[in-house]
Amino acid sequence: MTTVYLPRDTTTLSLEGEQVATKLLAQAASDDIEIQLIRNGSRGMFYLEPLLEVQTNRGRIAFGPVRPEDVASLFAADFCNPTFDTQSVTAHPLYLGLTEEIPYLKNQQRLSFSRAGIIDPTDIDDYIAHRGFIGLAKSLQMNAQEIVDEVKASGLRGRGGAAFPTGIKWQTVLDCPAQQKYIVCNADEGDSGTFADRLLMEADPYSLIEGITIAALAVGANQGFIYLRSEYPQAELILNEAISHAYAGNFLGDNLCGSPFKFDLEVRMGAGAYICGEETSLLESLEGKRGLVRAKPPLPAIEGLFGQPTVVNNVLSFAAVPHIIADGAELYANYGQGRSRGTLPFQIAGNVNQGGLVELAFGTTLNELLDQFAQGTASKRPMHSIQVGGPLGAYLTPAQWDTALDYEEFAAIGAVLGHGGIVIFDDTVDLAEQARFSMEFCVEESCGKCTPCRIGSVRGTEVIDKIRNGENLESNLELLDDLCETMIDMSLCAMGGMTPIPVQSAMKAYRAEQLDPAAKPAEVC
Amino acid sequence: MNGTSVTNEQQIQAIIDQLKHKPGALLPILHQLQNTFEYIPANAIALIGRALHQTSAEIHGVISFYRHFHTSKDSTHRVEICRAEACQARGARALESHAKKTLGVDYHQSTADRNITLDPVYCLGNCSCGPTIRVGEHIYGRVDTEKFDSIIRQLTTTTVHIQ
Ligand SMILES: Cc1cc2nc3c(=O)[nH]c(=O)nc-3n(C[C@H](O)[C@H](O)[C@H](O)COP(=O)(O)O)c2cc1C
Ligand code: SF4
Ligand code: FES
Repeated sequence: MTTVYLPRDTTTLSLEGEQVATKLLAQAASDDIEIQLIRNGSRGMFYLEPLLEVQTNRGRIAFGPVRPEDVASLFAADFCNPTFDTQSVTAHPLYLGLTEEIPYLKNQQRLSFSRAGIIDPTDIDDYIAHRGFIGLAKSLQMNAQEIVDEVKASGLRGRGGAAFPTGIKWQTVLDCPAQQKYIVCNADEGDSGTFADRLLMEADPYSLIEGITIAALAVGANQGFIYLRSEYPQAELILNEAISHAYAGNFLGDNLCGSPFKFDLEVRMGAGAYICGEETSLLESLEGKRGLVRAKPPLPAIEGLFGQPTVVNNVLSFAAVPHIIADGAELYANYGQGRSRGTLPFQIAGNVNQGGLVELAFGTTLNELLDQFAQGTASKRPMHSIQVGGPLGAYLTPAQWDTALDYEEFAAIGAVLGHGGIVIFDDTVDLAEQARFSMEFCVEESCGKCTPCRIGSVRGTEVIDKIRNGENLESNLELLDDLCETMIDMSLCAMGGMTPIPVQSAMKAYRAEQLDPAAKPAEVC
Repeated sequence: MNGTSVTNEQQIQAIIDQLKHKPGALLPILHQLQNTFEYIPANAIALIGRALHQTSAEIHGVISFYRHFHTSKDSTHRVEICRAEACQARGARALESHAKKTLGVDYHQSTADRNITLDPVYCLGNCSCGPTIRVGEHIYGRVDTEKFDSIIRQLTTTTVHIQ
């Protein structure tokens, strides 16, 4: 019997993955070939999905991207022969060799995503066999302060966007004397161009559950919620399956792992509001209200969910923790540079030849990332501009691509690293149209609490329309700048406060090209 | 059909009773109602309000805040097109105008035969393989106009009408 793997993650399913699986099983049955099909998570090489892997005596070999109509030829080539390097197999056009040797994967530094695509996401024994729950077991031998100290020493900063030191946030919650504390996992991942949270939840949900549980031990919380966006139905399915197995295995609930601790965890679905990714809006939503942003202070760490001290962290912040505890803070902190320690999964998206997830230590330049992994655009046209850090991040022109992927270095050029989303546009992009969209997105997603955000963004779309029509150019450009300044100064949260970043960076590049068309970058890919 | 409203009301009440004790129960209740009925039935509002000690206006206010919740069943299939940046970079704008033109509707509208409602969505987490659309619980990647037409054809020919 040969073991074969085909992911059940959203991207694979979006590219006829289910039809591939059905055909595989049907043909195996009709050919009397015994295979065991494991539906793993994605390895993150989305340009190769659906990626089919076969367990051989030398390791897993891969085929991809597999379409339903390729299944017959794979069987004809005897693809599931577990003896490595059969001539008919290596000659198949979709043959990719040993999965782990594919440069896209091999050249990464995978810590948080080390199990992604390797294990069966909801098989708890498979998780344990791959060093799962070691961090939790260790945490149960430590006191709360020791756990918090370890997270502080790792230098981990929140991966949701604002990059606040995670250990300091946990200390604040630990120091609150309250009886009832909460852990809230922010799985709202609303930024366009990002999918790392989703990939992790679909490929390795127990690592998130483990990270959240360690946080609960660290601050003394007994209830946790994962606030998951409703746009992620597959992640919902897999998380709920994993949570029920975790309860059955006593990794959640009363006396977890035989300890005196109790921790309950539940998935709560969002409902299609980008602003609910902002932590206070998220808490309002969890309380059953409209997602209006709260003024800070009080900090959620002190008065959070239902007024109680609450840790709110991004999926990736929690998922980094089991590794930090299991292998020590120092090892984690050895990755990265400056104040950006550890790794970040960069998500290469948009118009790209080889899109996917690339986990690397901070410090690589954007150009290096593009050269090594992206390999040009899907349209085969030159890359023109890149929006990094989601819809509130700057559009970067080629001259800025030498910047190191590091929180401070990005901030220094007025850009945002955020959640690590990298959206590539080719030279057909109309940057003024992109600037307009950023304003339009703000109109669409503003919670409505402050006027500069709610009304200013509407005005913004109108002014950009006029600029695009060439009406009173100079005065409208000035008006747009004034509008942006007001939004920056007078908004309660980053929705209104950071929308000017993509708007102004895109408009600046647009104007530069208008004034000097020859300057239009011709970076050949 | 006679008696439907009674059954419907009992079903609504059962969902509310099952979830109302959760902290922050409103969103879980709304989700469960929409999963069951495909929209939030009008007669559910007062029942929820009573159970959670809130006014109907408050419940309405919450429902209207969230794009995901609907208060009527407009058509058989909901087709959502991702409008966000990574999909724009792969031709989502051309796809959305094609969709509007071929279906003869704008966003938030339904086809005359009430088969398809077209909605915008902002990112489905499939940003390396756009343009992306969602139909019900299924997400489709690399949707060019041709693929879009074939998806729509399937929705049109396999429609099951439940009376
Ligand atoms: C408009 C807006 C949207 C946000 N969306 C998200 C999101 O989808 N996911 C997330 O983790 N953080 C998001 N954040 C950041 C959160 O407010 C918060 O900083 C984060 O959840 C804290 O966790 P971390 O420290 O682990 O990053 C958003 C912030 C703003 C202002
Ligand atoms: S800036 Fe916008 S989204 Fe943020 S609180 Fe104000 S109105 Fe709400
Ligand atoms: S931007 Fe369309 S799926 Fe993310």
